[in-house]
Amino acid sequence: MTDAVHPAFRPFRWVGHGTIAVLSEIGRLARFAAGMFGAAITPPWYSGQVWQQCVRIGFYSLPVVGLAAVFIGAALALNIYTGGARFNAEQFVPNIVVLGITRELGATITGLMLAGRVSAGIAAEIGAMRVTEQIDALKTLSAPPNRFLYAPRLIAAVITLPLLVVVANIIGVMGGWMVSVGTLDFDSTTYIRNTLDYMTAGDVWAGLIKAAVFGAVIAIMGCYQGDRSQAGATGVGRAATLSMVGAAVLVLATNFMMTTLFVRIGL
Amino acid sequence: MTPAEKPLLKLAGVRKSFGRNDVLRGVDIDVAPGRSLVILGGSGSGKSVMLKCALGLMTPEAGQVIFDGQDVTRDTGREREAMRARVGMLFQSAALFDSLTVWENVAFRLIYADKLKRSDARDRAIETLRKVRLGEEVANLRPAEISGGMQKRVGLARAIAANPELIFFDEPTTGLDPITADAINDLIIEQVRGLGAASVSITHDMASARKIADEVAFLYEGRIIWRGPVASIDNSGNEWLDQFVNGRADGPIQPAL
Repeated sequence: MTDAVHPAFRPFRWVGHGTIAVLSEIGRLARFAAGMFGAAITPPWYSGQVWQQCVRIGFYSLPVVGLAAVFIGAALALNIYTGGARFNAEQFVPNIVVLGITRELGATITGLMLAGRVSAGIAAEIGAMRVTEQIDALKTLSAPPNRFLYAPRLIAAVITLPLLVVVANIIGVMGGWMVSVGTLDFDSTTYIRNTLDYMTAGDVWAGLIKAAVFGAVIAIMGCYQGDRSQAGATGVGRAATLSMVGAAVLVLATNFMMTTLFVRIGL
Repeated sequence: MTPAEKPLLKLAGVRKSFGRNDVLRGVDIDVAPGRSLVILGGSGSGKSVMLKCALGLMTPEAGQVIFDGQDVTRDTGREREAMRARVGMLFQSAALFDSLTVWENVAFRLIYADKLKRSDARDRAIETLRKVRLGEEVANLRPAEISGGMQKRVGLARAIAANPELIFFDEPTTGLDPITADAINDLIIEQVRGLGAASVSITHDMASARKIADEVAFLYEGRIIWRGPVASIDNSGNEWLDQFVNGRADGPIQPAL
């Protein structure tokens, strides 16, 4: 095929093709997500599937989220203590730990951990189902994948992520308390009182709202990439990788957008 | 099919392409109630695509899919589900849900679409498993714990569990040894006749085609180029079908290498 485009204009063509490809992908993802939300908010619901996914996404993620939270909380306390010492603000460790964990790190760390554990798992599972014709089989058995596979994962992720974040917040604050009391000579009672006095309902709500959005992002990316999986082990592996990377980037991007919004509205 | 028989399924001028690859170029085929139609064709001839268009798993670019007099070509909602409730499908790989047990696979439609109680659905599943010569001891196993031949039988049980009027078979004997393949063929004949259902099978296994077909159609380059009773495939007068039936490398069909 002859290339009719003058070499000088080829960069414009590359930019054009790239822009169209990105917009097409966004359109496909938005349409897919709209279908998932539609199936999640309208009957019929497969309650058994939702419960099963709540256990797989929520309960089985407890160890990894708990471990991540305790280490983050502990490291945060040490960093605040060291940094605060530069301007005699060491005593603010409990205040800043609880603020950082509840408003930001509890939700973000949980979101990132689940982008890896859950989103990639969903993509691999659905991708394998697609390449082994199980998705087609569902359709022939009058169980639309949107309702039977995707909506239960979305509902479960949106419900369980905030619950996991509550756990992450508690364990994260506990991690800070352990280090502060154990190695930084803080008084245990004073630390806990300062933590509770400084924490507001708004801080907790901000983290929980973020968590629900992260849950949706993680489920959508996993289902979307799994649904688009190409045949073979390479295709399924690629779907898992893309879902994990996509979910992690979107968790961070939506986190920034929601934080901006919360700051604007004073939450 | 006599002129008085109304076809249960009819494909008229069905076309389907993938990019520049025209896979189906105007397929015309029909099957009457209670009849067994086998569609022969080489690898990559579009047999599976045709089946997926008939089932609504793919939408053709042109042509019509008519089920029991209703045009279901572009239906996506209740009309499509109403059709699928009357249709069973045995996939090439059986496509059993590996997260479910054997009996849950068989009873899937009964539980999730027909809303039968699980205990009743399990009883129906066990009864259907017996029809395909599988005992209750396999009911609680996972698909990964049974052999390929058993998986095909479970797939067949799932396809017939809701008493369909039309059953599709996608390469039902692929990957099986000749004895197991023959046993699957026997089960297909027995169950399809037992239900009084029509069937559409796609295969390139001539032994299977000779055994289960009432009629045979030959798909080549996206079109049905020959159709007739199974008894006449050895003297069809069609050189393409003749080459395929006799498995010769030389002839008008170029081997897909």
